[in-house]
Amino acid sequence: MADIIFDRPKSMTSAPFHYCPGCGHSVIHRLICEVIDEMNLRGKTIAVAPVGCAVLAYDYFDFDVSEAAHGRAAAVATGIKRVHPDKLVISYQGDGDLASIGMAETIHTANRGEKITVIFVNNTNYGMTGGQMAPTTLVGQVTTTTPKGRNPETEGYPIRMAEMIASLQAVKYSVRTSVADFKGIVQTKKAIKKAFELQLEGGYSFVEILSNCSTNWGMNPVDANKHIVEKVAEYFPLGTFKE
Amino acid sequence: MRKLIKGNEAMAEGAVIAGCRYYFGYPITPQNEVPAYMSKRLPEVGGVFVQAESELASINMVYGASAAGARVMTTTSSPGFSLMMEGVSYLAASRLPCVLANVQRGGPGLGNIAPAQGDYFQAVKGGGHGDYRLIVFAPASPQEMLDLTILAFELSDKYRVPALILSDGIIGQMMESVDIPENYVPGKVDKPWALTGAEGRSKNVVCSLFLDENVMQNLNTELSDTYEELKKSEVRYESFMTDDAEAVIVAFGTPSRIAKNAVLRARAEGCKAGLLRPITIFPFPEKEISSLIENNVKNFLVTEMNSGQMLEDVKLAVSGRSNVHFYGTTGGVITDEDEMTDRIMSICKGGSRG
Ligand SMILES: Cc1ncc(C[n+]2csc(CCOP(=O)(O)OP(=O)(O)O)c2C)c(N)n1
Ligand code: SF4
Ligand SMILES: [Mg+2]
Repeated sequence: MADIIFDRPKSMTSAPFHYCPGCGHSVIHRLICEVIDEMNLRGKTIAVAPVGCAVLAYDYFDFDVSEAAHGRAAAVATGIKRVHPDKLVISYQGDGDLASIGMAETIHTANRGEKITVIFVNNTNYGMTGGQMAPTTLVGQVTTTTPKGRNPETEGYPIRMAEMIASLQAVKYSVRTSVADFKGIVQTKKAIKKAFELQLEGGYSFVEILSNCSTNWGMNPVDANKHIVEKVAEYFPLGTFKE
Repeated sequence: MRKLIKGNEAMAEGAVIAGCRYYFGYPITPQNEVPAYMSKRLPEVGGVFVQAESELASINMVYGASAAGARVMTTTSSPGFSLMMEGVSYLAASRLPCVLANVQRGGPGLGNIAPAQGDYFQAVKGGGHGDYRLIVFAPASPQEMLDLTILAFELSDKYRVPALILSDGIIGQMMESVDIPENYVPGKVDKPWALTGAEGRSKNVVCSLFLDENVMQNLNTELSDTYEELKKSEVRYESFMTDDAEAVIVAFGTPSRIAKNAVLRARAEGCKAGLLRPITIFPFPEKEISSLIENNVKNFLVTEMNSGQMLEDVKLAVSGRSNVHFYGTTGGVITDEDEMTDRIMSICKGGSRG
């Protein structure tokens, strides 16, 4: 009998992903579940799902999950963590959710040093609502609300969240990784693990992950991932900004 | 134990007595005594106080703590309650128990910090988006701020409907002697749905997203059924001199205190006046209004510190069977005892100025 060397993580359900084929959300979900399995944390984890393409994350995570109103995941996570300080609390959010409508909650949760982990999926647009400009949209990037490309004169420049979060004193860990290639995926998994460990030691951790939105970028997933490595990561450098 | 305290402090202590150990709030007058009290009191009992960055954050922290299975509270005043509305709708839809308080001030807009009742519609008709209700209490004294807050926690847990204390700047700020129960044992309600970590069980999910419209309709039906149950079982009111009354004032909160004097003064002049004071404004004491009509009450005088909001609920309950008159003040102006007395007297004499 052959050995199984690759299987679904135990903390992931068998529900088929509703994500577009090749979407980074699926990869990131899997990495989270792999780390939870490895750290044996399924029974100790409470996650918060955002409003965005990952709104149904609780269909895929086989642990306790709460919904949050658009942008408020960090506040919901705060409420949960204050009640269950011994649990691993994860806030999973997109860039519209975290860096636009939920910016205040994002910054203040980090600034309070809430003992949670924020997984921030930066795909440079609002995936769920059809590809509008996000605070992270690159200069010149065409979206449904920047038909001529993002113009910094009127729309400003993309916000580098991991760097901004790193500037706050209470933050224990802030990194940016990508899931656009194998190396990035390995680094992302390492970063997630580190973030969980630091949370359990009593700190706030933030993992920004560059991820594709091939559908709204109008690219196939292979080109979209190439675009991340070549273009997106140029403006959003990978690295550890605080540890 | 008896203590001379403010209504806002009585409400905060009521929450602590009810077993609330989590409070999230953002400063706004006239309810600032609550966060001040909680920031000192909750750590004494092993609880947690967080000053949130906004009312948006407070209400969503409440969502998280309630989802985690705890008794939790936030308090605010009018503009802050408006800001919370999305979160309140989510709480109601996710069937998360919690106690909220709106110590109302003059409005609309930034308004002022004078006492008012302009948020009645927002409190009892929904307020946020979608089809939902809260259990809404209208305390008329610091004592009731305490008692009704305890009851609010119990009923909210029992029915899985968020509860709201709809108070006003006077009830919140006034000091009175309050009887503080010393041996209250908070009700124990099982919360098998709560997020506690899925150790040894299948996962729990707290959410309000139901993409299938039939499933969403089922939730709405479940909610309406619960609201019907509340109407059957949880209506509370005070009747004051209504037994032989021919004209009845209907008032809640601050104006109901003034109305008692108006009733006494009118009675001294031979006008058989009475007062019906709703203590729950959702569910509303509509049956009591009907029985007053059956008992020969020909006239109701609704008096509120708004332009006529509870008035609509009284009219619905009366359904044209009696006359309904109105006396209201707005913008933070307090209803006047002389004016109220004149109105009920002239109604008694048949010369209503409605
Ligand atoms: C209060 C509110 N405003 C707007 C929306 C609509 N909305 C849903 S998802 C979304 C954007 C999500 O974008 P992002 O957070 O980047 O997540 P992605 O889909 O890209 O993963 C918006 C604007 C909403 N649900 N609630
Ligand atoms: S729209 Fe974009 S972010 Fe959403 S599932 Fe598709 S590829 Fe992923
Ligand atoms: Mg996005």
